[in-house]
Parts: sequence; structure tokens; C-alpha cells
Amino acid sequence: MVPTALPRPAVRRLSAYDVLRRLPLVLTLLGLLVAGIYILFVTTPLPLSGNGSWRTTTFGSAIDDPVDFAKTFLDAITFAGLLFVVASGFTLIFGLMRAVNMAHGSLFLLGGYIAFDLQQYFTNAGGFGLEQVDAWEWFVPAIVAAVAVAGVGLLMQQLFLRWTQGQELRQALITIAVSIILADQMIQHWPLQDSLAWPSFIGPNNFAHIGGVEYAWSRLFILGVAIVIGIALYLWLQRTRTGMVIRAGVDDRNMVSALGVNIQRTFAIAFVVGSALAGFGGAMGGAFSSLAPGVDGQWLLNSLVVVIIGGMGSLGGAAAGAFLYAFVFTFSAAYLPTSGLDCCTEYSPIFTFVLLIAVLALRPLGLFGRPA
Amino acid sequence: MAAQGSILTVSGLDAYYGSAHILQDVTFDMGAESVAVVGRNGMGKTTLCAAIMGLMPSFKGSARGSIKFFGEEIVGKPSYRIAGLGIGYVPQGRRLFPSLSVDEHLRMISGRGGDGWTPDRVYELFPRLAERKRNGGAQLSGGEQQMLAIGRALLTNPRLLIMDEPSEGLAPAIIENLIEVFRQLEQQGLRILLIEQNLGVATSLAKRQLIMVGGEIATETSAETLAGDPDMQRRFLGVEPLAH
Repeated sequence: MVPTALPRPAVRRLSAYDVLRRLPLVLTLLGLLVAGIYILFVTTPLPLSGNGSWRTTTFGSAIDDPVDFAKTFLDAITFAGLLFVVASGFTLIFGLMRAVNMAHGSLFLLGGYIAFDLQQYFTNAGGFGLEQVDAWEWFVPAIVAAVAVAGVGLLMQQLFLRWTQGQELRQALITIAVSIILADQMIQHWPLQDSLAWPSFIGPNNFAHIGGVEYAWSRLFILGVAIVIGIALYLWLQRTRTGMVIRAGVDDRNMVSALGVNIQRTFAIAFVVGSALAGFGGAMGGAFSSLAPGVDGQWLLNSLVVVIIGGMGSLGGAAAGAFLYAFVFTFSAAYLPTSGLDCCTEYSPIFTFVLLIAVLALRPLGLFGRPA
Repeated sequence: MAAQGSILTVSGLDAYYGSAHILQDVTFDMGAESVAVVGRNGMGKTTLCAAIMGLMPSFKGSARGSIKFFGEEIVGKPSYRIAGLGIGYVPQGRRLFPSLSVDEHLRMISGRGGDGWTPDRVYELFPRLAERKRNGGAQLSGGEQQMLAIGRALLTNPRLLIMDEPSEGLAPAIIENLIEVFRQLEQQGLRILLIEQNLGVATSLAKRQLIMVGGEIATETSAETLAGDPDMQRRFLGVEPLAH
């Protein structure tokens, strides 16, 4: 077939449509520029006396206070590490099964609580928060939690999701139901706020010194674990036959099945790995901040936003989404004005949604997303 | 030649997408000879492939009736089992995996069928694929994509190869090449169920021609009869008569 050329107008006018289409890009760049200038040069720390103004932030500008800027930067990168671990499990399950697992946050919290209980058991702490423990008293609970949560995920997939494939709404409702049931059961067993202790070699009193910046080892440890997990997942998906089947299944799972591959088994494997990542993430998150009712919903939202930004089903997208989300979240918490008592740093979560809107306006399928 | 007797027996096959009745009482028998199913667009040819391969979506569609492969009932079996019994599938539009390279397409499947086809043998059959091992499925030319789709299906070590419109969108020279390859494969004992709109391809590959109209096998004829009967071609296929 020969494409027929459409008649072109002699003069191409800039239509209202063209202007509107470029508006998201222009606004995004403008927003980045303003935020960058504000953080780098404009802000000032709180004066010793009197109220702050719109320029007042916790640390002041990056030029005046490079150490706190660098710390904020490291906070963002390390938070991104934790986000990536949890969200990569979410995106793995979604990419292959086209099922949004709304219980992912519950799996995270459950993993954290299981690790917490085990750590309490090993250390005979009897419900008291610990400062630090031996290395194995963190690693063993974390790994057991990952395995246990993987079992819960597999059970959920085999009992409920296996029979409802291709019915996204039903699967979403089923997993929401599971998350509510899990949340209630967890409140019953762990009604208060709990926190895991880090192994003694990484915290809480051990600090790394990076070019004049003192920084907590525990957060760097999270980043290290995230990098190791990221590389392992990448190699698994790229080099192994299971990984190839998973990638092919993301593209066209019926075709994979018609080639004699039992895609159901692959679904189960993906669910096990995805759930294990949520469980392990929960153990890290339980030491990073704390475990409490409601944290499950928060981490479901984190995973959703990260994966929507990065593009559903893409590992690289999960990494990129985690970085962007963590940077916006951390920097808006540190560099929003603190002029009054109630203003404005607690509004930082709003900016993650501004990020979401900007990304979706520019790339509706997310940064690395491909049509299903 | 391969053993006598039926390879594929389809009887009373009905298939639905929702309430749309696509295949209506399709019945045919395939012996040791390759068979071509011809017909216009929308007559149910691709649905027939989907029904045989167990690919009718379980939620919105369904297949009823009986399909026996070497005497074994395959309706209701999951498609990976059907493929495992020895039916290879080259779908319409190739359906390669954009995320996988040429080599990965082949390595993903190899080793599952024991001895028989290996990636190396596929590269021997299609040397052009060997030159493009690292390329992605979407970066290939139409002919190369078709070679990869065939090679991928061969790695399941099929006894029957179902090909849905393999000549679609390919240049005549490449189609000639593919027909040569199909003949070679037939000589090695592989049977082919060919779904085609291109009469030239269909009639040069299979003696038996099944004509599908409105979800039914309207009639069966031979390649010679169909090729030599412009009226029939016009009536069933709505094509301009085959030029000789």
C-alpha cells in the first residue's frame, strides 16, 4: 500500500490545540526551574527571633547549608531504595498478571510485624523497643518474614486470583477484601506502634562519614539492599529462562501458553517473588520507620504512585518512579516554607501527586510504560 | 510418509465470543496430508485456530464440541497442554514478544521438548535469523518475523503445525522461500494446517482445501479444482480469479 499524502495547509498556524498540548511540558519545566532556584538560592533558615516569611525553610538554601542539602539528597536516595524494593514486587505482579494487587501494602505490614515478633522472640525483649540487635537477629526475622509473606501471597493467588484472570475489577475487589481482613487481624494482634531494631553494625549510633557529611549507616544499608535486589531482579529477568517467560508473558501471555509454557506456574512464581519483596520491604520499613495500623494503606499508595509514575510492569520504571517520588517527597518535606506553626511542610505529600499529574500529562502510560 | 489415520478430528465444534456464535458446527478430519482452510476475512478462520489451541478466552468466549488430536480430546485442555501434545502454532500477525531478542525467543522454549528442535537447528533452517540473534522481535523485517514465529513454534517439537496467514504482508519472493521451507518440513514428517487468504500459497501447499464461510466449512475441494475454478473463487472467497 502506498500512503496517500494528505494535503497540507500552506501556512501552519499555531492552533489552540498545539498550545494546550505543550502546556504540561512547559508547566513542568517551569515548576522544576522555580523549585530548583528556590531550594538552591532563595530560602533562608528560621531567624532567631520573630516569625518566618515565605522564604523561611528548615535548613535554608543549598548554597548556605550544603551539608543539610546533601543529607536531604541522601535521605531521598535511601528512601527511594525502600520504595523500589516494595514497588518492584508490585510491578512484577501487575506486569505479568495485569492484576492490581490491592493487598500489597498489607503484605508489607504483615512482613514487618512477623519480623518484629520474631526479633522480640529471639531477643526476649518482651515487647520493649530495642536499640540494636545482633546481625542475625535482624536478618533471620527479615528473611523468615519474606518467606512467610510469600506463602500468604501464593495462597491468595491460588485461592482467589487464579480463577478470576482477566477480570481486573473483580481481582481488585478481592484483593481489597483481603487487605481489609488482614488489616483487622493485624490490629487484633499488634494494636500499637512497633519498630524493629537494626543490627548493631549499622545503627542507630553508627554513622558513615561521606565527605564531611555524617550519615546513618542504616539508611545506606537500605540503599545497598535495594541495589542488590535490583541487580538480582534484573539478572533474573534478563538471563534466566523464567525471566524470559515472564517478559514474554508481560507482552502476550496467551502466546506464551500456546508455546507449551505453563504460564500458571509462572504467575505463581511472580506472585511469590512479588510478595516476598513486599514482606522483606516490610521488615526494612519496620526498622526504617515504624509499623502501625494504617501503614499498609500508606505503602499501597506509595507502591501505586511509584509504579504509575514509572510505568506498570517495568522494573526500570519502578526504579525511576521510586527515585522521582522519593526526591519530590523528601525535598518538599525539607524545603517547603515553615513560616507558621501549621505551614507548610506537612503538605509535602501533595507534591507527590503534583509529580504524578505532571508525569501522566507528559507520558500517560508512565515513564517506561507500554500499552498492554 | 507419516502413519495413516487421523491426526486431527474436529467434530461439531461451536465457538462463541460472548453471545456471538462464531464457529457453527465445524467438522473436518485431517489425515496424513496437509490441509488448507481458506475463506474471506471474518469467516471464523482465526477463531478456529484459537479454539484448537485452547485460546478462547474463558471469561468472554467458549468452545464446545470435540477436537481430537491423535485420538485425544483437547477441548477444555489448557493451551500449554495442547502445545505439549505436539501442536505448534504460528499465529496471525506473528505475535512476537517485543521485549525479547531473537535468541531469547528461541531459548525461552528450547529444552522443554527433549531432543528434536534446538535453536541451532532453527538457525540452520533460517540463516537470516542467526545474523539477527541480538535484535529485538520488533526490529525484524516482515519475512524475518515470520521465520522467527515459525522457528519458535518448531521448538515445541510439533507433529502438527497450525499456521494462520503466514504469507500476510510478505513480498512474493519471501513467500516463495517460505513455501520451500514448508515443503522441507513436510518431508521431515510435519503436518501443516494452513489458514490462508492467499490462494496461491494455499493451493501450492495443500491438496485438500476447506472453504470456510460464515463460521462453517462450506465445502471441501482440491487445490486443482479451486485453482482452476474462477467461479468458485469469486463465490466463496470474493477474490479476483487466480492468474496463471
